[in-house]
Amino acid sequence: MAGLAAKFGSGAMTNSVAEIADNDAIFVIGSNTTENHPIIALRMKEAVAKGAKLIVADPRKIPLVKFATLWLRHRPGTDSVLLNSMMNVILAEGLEDKDFINERTEGYEAFVESLAPFTPEYGEEMTGVPAGDIIKAARIYAEAGSAGIYYAMGITQHVMGTNNVMAVGNLAMLTGNLGKPACGVNPLRGQNNVQGACDMGGLPNVYPGYQKVDVPAIQEKFEKAWGTSLSAKIGLPATMMTEAMLDGSLKGMYIFGENPALSDPNTTHSVKAFSSLEFLVVQDIFMTETAQLADVVLPGASFAEKNGTFTCSERRVQRVRKAINPPGQAKSDLVIIDQLYKRIVGDGDLTHTVDPSSVFDEVAGLWPGIAGINYSRLQETSLQWPCPTADHPGTEYLFKDGFNREGGKALFSPIPFVSSKELPDKEFPYVLTTGRQLFHYHTGTMTRRSTGLNRVSPEAFVEINPADADVLGVADGEKLTVSSRRGTINLKARVSKIVPQNVVFIPFHYREAAANLLTSDAMDPICKIMEAKVCAVKIEKP
Amino acid sequence: MLNLNIDGKDVSVAKGTTVLEAAQKLGIDVPTLCHDARLKPFGACRLCIVEIAGMPKPVTSCTTPATEGMVVKTNSERLYRLRKTTVELLLSDHPNDCMVCSSSGDCTLQELAYLYGIRENRFVGEVRDHSRIDHNPFIIRDQNKCVMCGLCVRVCDEVQGVGAIGYSERGFEAKVITPFGHDLDCEFCGQCVSVCPTGALTGSLWSGKPRSEGVVKTDTTCTYCGCGCNITLRTHGDKVIRVESASDNHNRGWLCVKGRFGYEFINSNERLTTPLIRKEKGAPFEKATWEEALDYVAGKFTSLQQQHGSDSVAGLCSARCTNEENYLFQKLFRAGLGTNNVDHCARY
Amino acid sequence: MNSEIVVSVCMGTGGIAAGGDMVMKAFQEEFAEAGVANATVVEHSRLHKVGCRGFCARDVLVDISVNGIVSTYQYIQPDMVKRLVSDHCIGARPVSEWLVGDDYHTFHDNQTKIVLGDLGKIDPESIDEYIRVDGYKAAEKVLTTMTPAEVIETVKKSGLRGRGGGGFPTGVKWGFCAANDSDQYYIICNADEGDPGAFMDRSVVEGNPHAMIEGMIIGAYAIGATVGYVYIRAEYPLAVDRLHLALKEAKEKGFLGEKLFGTDFNLKIKVKLGAGAFVCGEETALIASIEGERGMPRAKPPFPANKGLWGKPTIINNVETFANLPHILNKGADWYAAIGSAKSKGTKVIALTGKIRNTGLIEIPMGMPLKEIIFNIGGGIEGDKLFKAVQTGGPSGGCIPQQHIDLPVDYEGLASVGSMMGSGGMVVLDETDCMVNISKFFLEFTQSESCGKCVPCRLGTKRLLEILTRITEGEGKEGDIELLQELAEDVRDSSLCGLGMSAPNPVLSTIKYFRHEYEAHIKQKKCPAKVCNKLLTFFIRQDMCVGCGMCMRACSVNAISGEKKQPHKIDNSLCIQCGSCFDACKFSAVLKE
Repeated sequence: MAGLAAKFGSGAMTNSVAEIADNDAIFVIGSNTTENHPIIALRMKEAVAKGAKLIVADPRKIPLVKFATLWLRHRPGTDSVLLNSMMNVILAEGLEDKDFINERTEGYEAFVESLAPFTPEYGEEMTGVPAGDIIKAARIYAEAGSAGIYYAMGITQHVMGTNNVMAVGNLAMLTGNLGKPACGVNPLRGQNNVQGACDMGGLPNVYPGYQKVDVPAIQEKFEKAWGTSLSAKIGLPATMMTEAMLDGSLKGMYIFGENPALSDPNTTHSVKAFSSLEFLVVQDIFMTETAQLADVVLPGASFAEKNGTFTCSERRVQRVRKAINPPGQAKSDLVIIDQLYKRIVGDGDLTHTVDPSSVFDEVAGLWPGIAGINYSRLQETSLQWPCPTADHPGTEYLFKDGFNREGGKALFSPIPFVSSKELPDKEFPYVLTTGRQLFHYHTGTMTRRSTGLNRVSPEAFVEINPADADVLGVADGEKLTVSSRRGTINLKARVSKIVPQNVVFIPFHYREAAANLLTSDAMDPICKIMEAKVCAVKIEKP
Repeated sequence: MLNLNIDGKDVSVAKGTTVLEAAQKLGIDVPTLCHDARLKPFGACRLCIVEIAGMPKPVTSCTTPATEGMVVKTNSERLYRLRKTTVELLLSDHPNDCMVCSSSGDCTLQELAYLYGIRENRFVGEVRDHSRIDHNPFIIRDQNKCVMCGLCVRVCDEVQGVGAIGYSERGFEAKVITPFGHDLDCEFCGQCVSVCPTGALTGSLWSGKPRSEGVVKTDTTCTYCGCGCNITLRTHGDKVIRVESASDNHNRGWLCVKGRFGYEFINSNERLTTPLIRKEKGAPFEKATWEEALDYVAGKFTSLQQQHGSDSVAGLCSARCTNEENYLFQKLFRAGLGTNNVDHCARY
Repeated sequence: MNSEIVVSVCMGTGGIAAGGDMVMKAFQEEFAEAGVANATVVEHSRLHKVGCRGFCARDVLVDISVNGIVSTYQYIQPDMVKRLVSDHCIGARPVSEWLVGDDYHTFHDNQTKIVLGDLGKIDPESIDEYIRVDGYKAAEKVLTTMTPAEVIETVKKSGLRGRGGGGFPTGVKWGFCAANDSDQYYIICNADEGDPGAFMDRSVVEGNPHAMIEGMIIGAYAIGATVGYVYIRAEYPLAVDRLHLALKEAKEKGFLGEKLFGTDFNLKIKVKLGAGAFVCGEETALIASIEGERGMPRAKPPFPANKGLWGKPTIINNVETFANLPHILNKGADWYAAIGSAKSKGTKVIALTGKIRNTGLIEIPMGMPLKEIIFNIGGGIEGDKLFKAVQTGGPSGGCIPQQHIDLPVDYEGLASVGSMMGSGGMVVLDETDCMVNISKFFLEFTQSESCGKCVPCRLGTKRLLEILTRITEGEGKEGDIELLQELAEDVRDSSLCGLGMSAPNPVLSTIKYFRHEYEAHIKQKKCPAKVCNKLLTFFIRQDMCVGCGMCMRACSVNAISGEKKQPHKIDNSLCIQCGSCFDACKFSAVLKE
C-alpha cells in the first residue's frame, strides 16, 4: 500500500468492482483472479463478453488466460521491467494522455528519462515476453477509452514489491486512466477485511484512517479522544517483529485471528521467534499452528457468531450479523478485547458489554472518511468510503477532483530494475512461486475443515512443467522432495503446462507440506513485505 | 423512451426493455420458470406468454422487446389455459415427492402447481428415469426433477464462463448433462444450484437438513476473500445449515465454492470452546475460566510493559476480523500499552 | 457417318443408387471400343453426366441424342449399354422396348420447370455448362448495372416468397435486413432439408449448384453481405462434393472472392455441414448451429434479418428460393409474377410420393389443383385403390381429404384447409391407410426431433403421441379426442418455434376430417383401414392355406397350430396381434378383420 500512498496519497482500489464490466481494456498482473477473487473475476468475464480486451500478465497459465486477448508470460520477478517497457512503447508511439499529465501529475520529466533504457527489445531480453507482445499490450491498454489495472500479491510479494506497485501507478497516470469510472489502479485484497484492518489503524505507522502517528497534530487529536498520552514512535511492522523476538527486545505478543506460523515466509525462522517470546497470547477459533506455541489461548467467535462490519476490496463497508451463538464458552472477539482493554487501562465497567455500533461511531468521529457511515445506514445498504456526511452516497471511484497529496497532484516515480533476492543457481535450479487455489483459503484453517473442499483438493502438490518432469524422470502424482536453503517438504508432482519451464508452483494452504518452510524472508525495503513469490529450490525424487 | 400499455396501464420504458421488464415495472406479476434478469432471455418455459395487439399468437414477454404504442395483455382466458397446460405438462413428468424434496418451499414449480390448482393431471404418461448418481461432493443432481429451463447451463456459460454442463438428446429424452455423462467436475461455484427453480440441483450439505420449521435467515458478509459478497445464513438452532445470496446485492447473488459450500468449519467440533492457559513453558494447556484468563493476560502485559517498556509488547490484529475489533485492538496497544507495535498479516 | 451423339446419364443420388455410375462406365468402355472401329464416333460423341430430372423411380434414365433427336431410356443397367451403343448410337436404331412410355411424358409435360429447368440437361460439375445456359448473367447484370435497392425492388415485385416453408415475401425480408445499420451482414443458404421424403434442395445442389450460388450472390449484393454460408446436411455427400467443386470453379472464374465481376463487391461463401438435426432447418437453430452451439431455436423477435448470425443482420433463404433468383433477374419481375396464383407467384417444387403411380420430384405453377397433380402428373392411385387423403408440408403438415381435391396448391390454399406448403412434401394416401396411425407416425417423428427446449413441444408432443398410441392399441378412452384437440391447440399456440407450432397439424387435421376413424378406434375398438393390429382379429382361411407352416414359424407366442400340408389355425386367446403371420404368408391365407 505504501507504493500507492506515495503516488496518490492513499492506497486502496481506486475504482469499483461493478465498473469492471464497463472497461474497454483490462490489464491483470500478478492476480490469479478467478481462483482468488472469483466474484471479481466474473465481472472481468462479463467485460470480455461485452467486447473488452483482456491482457493477462502472469508466469503461470492461470485460468483467466482462457478469456484473454493477450497473455504475457513474463519471468517471475520482472513485473516492473514489463511495465516500464510497455510505457516506453506508449511514449514512443505518442499514446500518452498529455492533458492528464500536464494538469494532474508531477515528476514527469525525470520519469520519462528513466524509461529510455526499457525498449521492448530490452523488455523481451529481461522478461522473456516477445517484444511484439509488449508493443501489442501497450497499444491495447493505451488506446482503450477506459482501461483498468488489477493486481494482487503476485506483484507485491517481492523484494521490489513497492516498485512494482509504483510502476503500475505510473502506467495508469501516463494514460490518464485515473479519476474516472471504469479504470484505475486496483489492488485486489486477499482477505475479507484486509482493507478494514488497514483502515482501522492496524498498521505500525498510522492511526485509523491512515493518520500518521508521527505527526504531532494528529497525535494530539488521538490523545484527546482516547484520554491518554500516545507514542510518536512508529511501531514495528510484522516482518520486523520476528527479528525483535529473536533478539529479545520483543517479549510479549498478542496475536488475534492470524496464523503466522504457517503463513509467514521462512516459517522455521518465525516459529523459532514465537517460541522465544516470554509471553504469547493467541485468540482464534481453532488450535492453529500459532496457537500451539501460545501461553494463553482465547476462544473467539466466527463471523457467523458476531456483529460488526467488514470493508471489502472496493472500500465497501458492510454489516456482519450474528446468526448463531459461539460454541461452548467462546466469546465475541470484541468483548474479549474490550475486557482486556478495560483491565489494562484499569478503567470501565467490566459488567457492561461493548456495543459494536458505538465502537464504529467512535471511529467515525476520528476519521472523516467514514464520518457519514453508521449502523442505521448500514442496515439498509452498504457504503463505499470516502463517505464524509450522513447524506453522502459513498464514493464509487477515487480522485475525481484531485489526489490526496499536497497540491492534489499524482507523482511519477522512476522505477529502476531490481532483481529478486534469491535467483536460481546450480544447487537450487528452480524458481519457486507460491499462491492459493480456488478450493482453499489461506492456511486452510477453515476450508480444510470443510469436507467437500477437502475432498476436491485433499493434498499439497507441486506444479511442474512436463519438460522439467521429463528431466527429473517424474510422472504426474509421484512424490517429490522440494528443498530450499531454509527447509524441505515432500509432496506430489502435478505435471502441468500451467507453469513454464524452470518454475514450480506450490499452494501454501497445506500444513503437512507447508510452502512457507521454503520461501525466503527477504523483504521489500519500504513496505516490509516478504518475497513469497520468488525463491530458489531444488527438486529431487525421494 | 417508449410508451406502451399493459393491462390498461400506461408505462414508459427505455429502448431495449423487454415486455416482461415493462410489466414488472408496473408491478404486474407474470409467471416465469426459465427467466433470470441476470441472464440472457431464453424463452423456453412459455409461461410468461402475453397477448400483443396485432400479433396472431401469444409471445413470450421475456424475449419480446417493447415497442412504441404496443398494447399488451398479460392475462386472459386463453393465456390462463395455455399456462395451465404447460404447468400440467411439466408436472406430468415430475416426481410427485414434494414431501421429501429438499427444495420444497423454495420451488417455483411447486408454487405454480399450487397457483394453478393442479391436483388431477390430464396428461399422465411416461416419466423420465435418470437414475445415475453423480458422486461430486457438493451438488446433488436429480435429473428427474429437471424442467429443462436451462438456467444452470446458461449461468455456467454466461456468468461463470465454465460451460461444465450442456444439453444432450432430443425430444422427451432431452436432458442436461456433463461431458460424456461423467461426474460433475467443475469449479463448484454452485451458481447452478442457486438458479435452479426446482429440486433438480441442490447442495449436498443442506440435503436432509431442516427446510423451514425453525429455520432463521440472517444477512451478513462472506468471511473469505476481499470480494465482500453478501450472503444469507440459514441457521437452525446454533447450526449453520445453508448459505445463499440474494440476486439484488452488489455480487448479484453469485458466490464461489468457498463462500457457498465452505461453511462447515463454523460448526466444527474442533472449535476452541474454553480459554486455555499454559502456566509455564513446556507445560500442557489447562482449561481456565474467562476471569482467570483475562486477568492473567492483562497482568502479564502490564508487567512486561512496566519491566521492559511499552515497546517490549506487540500485537498482530486480523484481516479476518471486524473493523470494530481491529479498532479496539490497536487502541488497546496504543492507548492501553503505549506502543505503536501493531500490524497485521496483510502482507502475506 | 458424321452424326453428333450426346449421351446423358442421370447421376444424381437416385441415379447413382440405381447404378448410374456403372452405366456411365459401361458407355465409356463401349465408346472406346467402338472408337477403335469407328473414329468418328469418339470425335463427335459426348458422354454427359447430368443431375436428377425428378423421376428417380425409373432410374437409370439415359438420354441419347443423335443429331439433335433425343430419345429417353428408362431402367438402364450396365449390361444393356452394349446394345444401346451398337443399335442406337452407331446404328441409329433406337431400342424401342427400353424407351420411356407415355406416362413419362405426362409426368413431365404437365409441369412448369424454372428451378428444375436445367436439371438433367447440364453437367453439374462443369461451370461452363451452366454459363452456356446463361449462367451468372443475372449476377453480372445485378452487380454491374443495378443498385441493391433496385434488386430488392425487383424481387419484391416478382412476388417470390420463401420456399423453405414460411412463405414470407423474399424481397420484403431483404428490405428489412438491408435497413439495419451494421458493419457486417450475412447471407445463409439453408440446405438442411430435413423433412423425411423431401429431396428438392438436394436435387438442385446435386444437379445445378451454380443456380443456387448465383442466387446467393444476388442476395448478398442486395443486402450488403460479404460473407455467406451454405448450411448443408452431412448426409448429402454428393451434394456437398458438387457444392465444393462449384464454389471452387466460381471462385476461379472471379464470380466469388474479391472484386466480383470487376466491381468492388466481395463475397466469400463458406460451407457448414449440419449433423442431421431436423430442428436445424429452423432458421434460429441453424444460426445457433453455425455459431457452434447446440441447434436450439431462439425466440423471435428479434428476427435474424435484424439480429442473426453473431448478432448481425442475416438473411436465410433456402436452396429453391435462391435458385429462382437468376431467372427472375434475367427475365424480369413481371414474367415471374405472371406465373402462379394471386398471392403465390412462380412455381413450387414438390416431392410427390405415397400410394401413387408416378412418384418423384415435380415442379408446378402455384395454384395447380391437387387433382391435377395427383391424377395427371402422378398418374392416379396405385393399384386402383380409392384415394383417401393427401398429406402435404412434411411431418408437420396436415391431411387433406377427398372433398378438397380441387384445392389450388399454393400457400393460401393449403393453409385454408389446415395444412401447409412446408418445403413441398406431398404424400398421397389411399383407403388402406389408417388416419390415426398416420397422425401417430408423424408425431413420432416430430417428438423425437424436438430439441427439448420449450415445454409444449418437448412434453406436449410426447403426451399427444402417447394418447394416439393408446387409441391405436385399443386403449382409447371417452374424451381422448377432445383431449387431443385441446392439447394440440395449446402446443400449436405456445411453442417456441415452427417445429412445435406445426407438429400438431397432423393430429388436428385428421380429427377434423376423419373424426369417424378416431371414434371407431375408441368406441368400437375397430381400425376401419385394418392397419392397427391391436384392434384386429387374425384368422386363416382354411380354403387358401396350403399348410406350409411359414406362419407358425413366424409366430412368437405359439398361437398357430396345424399339421404339415393341412390348413393351420390361430388360437385368438394366445394371439398378440403382432401381424407376423400376415406378413409371412405367401398365399394371402391370413386375414385380419
